[in-house]
Amino acid sequence: MGKLAGYLGRRLFKSIFVILAIVVVNFGLVRMAPGDPAAVIAGESGAADEKFMAQLRQQFGLDKPMHEQLWIYVSNVAQLDLGFSYRQQAPVSKLLLDRLPATLLLTLSAFAFALVTGVALGALAARKVGTWADSAITVLALSCYATPIFWVGLMLILLFSVALNWLPAFGMFTVGVPMTPIEAALDVGKHLILPALTLGLFYMAIYARLTRASMLEVADQDFVKTARAKGVAPGRILRVHILRNALLPVISFAGIQAGQLIGGSILVETVFAWPGIGRLAFESLLQRDYNLLLGVFFCTSVMVILFNLITDLTYAAIDPRIEVTG
Amino acid sequence: MTDFWRRFRRNIGAVFGLAVLIGVVLLAAVTPFLFPESPWTMAGIPFTPPFESVQFLGTDSLGRDVAAGIAHGAIISLLVGGVSTAVALTIGISLGAVAGYFGGAIDDAVMRFTEFFQTIPSFVLAVVLVAIFRPSIGSIVTAIAIVSWPPVTRLVRAEFLSLRSREFVQAAILLGQSHMRVIFTQILPNALSPIIVLASLMVASAILLESALSFLGLGDPNRMSWGFMIGAGRSVIRLAWWMSVFPGLAILLTVLALNLVGEGFNDALNPRLARRRGAGVGL
Repeated sequence: MGKLAGYLGRRLFKSIFVILAIVVVNFGLVRMAPGDPAAVIAGESGAADEKFMAQLRQQFGLDKPMHEQLWIYVSNVAQLDLGFSYRQQAPVSKLLLDRLPATLLLTLSAFAFALVTGVALGALAARKVGTWADSAITVLALSCYATPIFWVGLMLILLFSVALNWLPAFGMFTVGVPMTPIEAALDVGKHLILPALTLGLFYMAIYARLTRASMLEVADQDFVKTARAKGVAPGRILRVHILRNALLPVISFAGIQAGQLIGGSILVETVFAWPGIGRLAFESLLQRDYNLLLGVFFCTSVMVILFNLITDLTYAAIDPRIEVTG
Repeated sequence: MTDFWRRFRRNIGAVFGLAVLIGVVLLAAVTPFLFPESPWTMAGIPFTPPFESVQFLGTDSLGRDVAAGIAHGAIISLLVGGVSTAVALTIGISLGAVAGYFGGAIDDAVMRFTEFFQTIPSFVLAVVLVAIFRPSIGSIVTAIAIVSWPPVTRLVRAEFLSLRSREFVQAAILLGQSHMRVIFTQILPNALSPIIVLASLMVASAILLESALSFLGLGDPNRMSWGFMIGAGRSVIRLAWWMSVFPGLAILLTVLALNLVGEGFNDALNPRLARRRGAGVGL
């Protein structure tokens, strides 16, 4: 148990270092942007009044030397003060926290869907390798790979909302209808299906191919041959001997992919008007609210780092061979 | 070379991909003659459905020709995909070669730097970069290159690490060849095949990234691009499905073709690996 704590400590230290580096990058981006940094922080140039700009210069110490500015910036972020969005009339950290639950719901559902269906399809393809089912799954995976995620979303809207009128095309709730809590939850679920499917399809394709390749590789190994020679039932070999070992690379890859999943949520939330952090990023783009955009970058990076930490621990929990070392 | 082509041809998907890719390149090449007018000008009645007039793929909400837009978009997609991949390869190969060849503290530093870029959400970073430095072809290419070099570095480093200890490299060092010469004339040519495979996949993902950026309104405001067309069709999708369907198909076909060609290269360049692993090319 002490070993695990040490490992966690090292990982946390490394993560804090990465977060610090991201804060420094954010600081550099504001300074490198064309024009007055105060105007960049305030949002679109000319939109902010002089008094607010003067207050910003004072707050961020824009008249002081660079290293002092950096120190002010870093200590502000350490106190979770990411600045004030002039456009939305609210602190950036409050805006982010308000939107966080919607994004978490979307990305986690998409991830769960992608993992379950991806592994199932990959296992099926590996079991029936060389048959038409295998080829069909490979073609499906290849097409998911090559399709822009936002276009998938639009096509699903076209099919399920416009043509069939089965599912709502945008938003997270039905507005203006009184509902019991259970009805409300079902309503959110209905709104969630299309965005989660859109975001998940691409990763489903990746997990399917990865599971297929990894299972074929494990199936060749000696301990599987031993199990077969012992007369273990084929279904049990597949589940216990092959799949469990083949899942390891899939899990470590899921960690690497976390950043892309959250990046993809910007596009999906834009298409479906899902009120999460990605939609907030799109709004900040439209309003040229760069400070808010940098806040989104910071927040999503922290989410990715936490997700990586969780997958690392899951990996260690599943694989008994792995000892948690730095 | 004939051997390469023979093995490439055996992969039917790759041949299909190559044909599509040649088609897209030809389309981009003849666009100035086929659609000499700017794709931004009004060409017909707004919201003309496809297959009903001269604008055979229909017109958009401002009467612009969708087919002309797709043709002009092909130029931008290929340009951005090609140039940003070239830049990313230059960064990735230099860093990876230095890390793998010299090892030790340099290797450590380069790998920490690479890990940092792999941890942060790359699409969000690309959005931030293009937004802050104002959307233009230059800023888009730079942003895509900045987020796509890390896999190249990892690959090149691994190749260099294993090739560095081989006898012909040791012999070259013993002969007194300079570091630069060993890197460029001894090791790099032997590490080229996986780099070529990766590069074709990188062009594909660069095209996807560019379309995503311009979909969000971060495209070059003077150039017509596929992502911009889909973004423009988004709000009127109930009225005019063709505005977003056709540009999306263009992206799908081009990216699929590049991925298939990448697999074909993989089969042709690593014949032993290709048979054993099936068609499994990861990201």
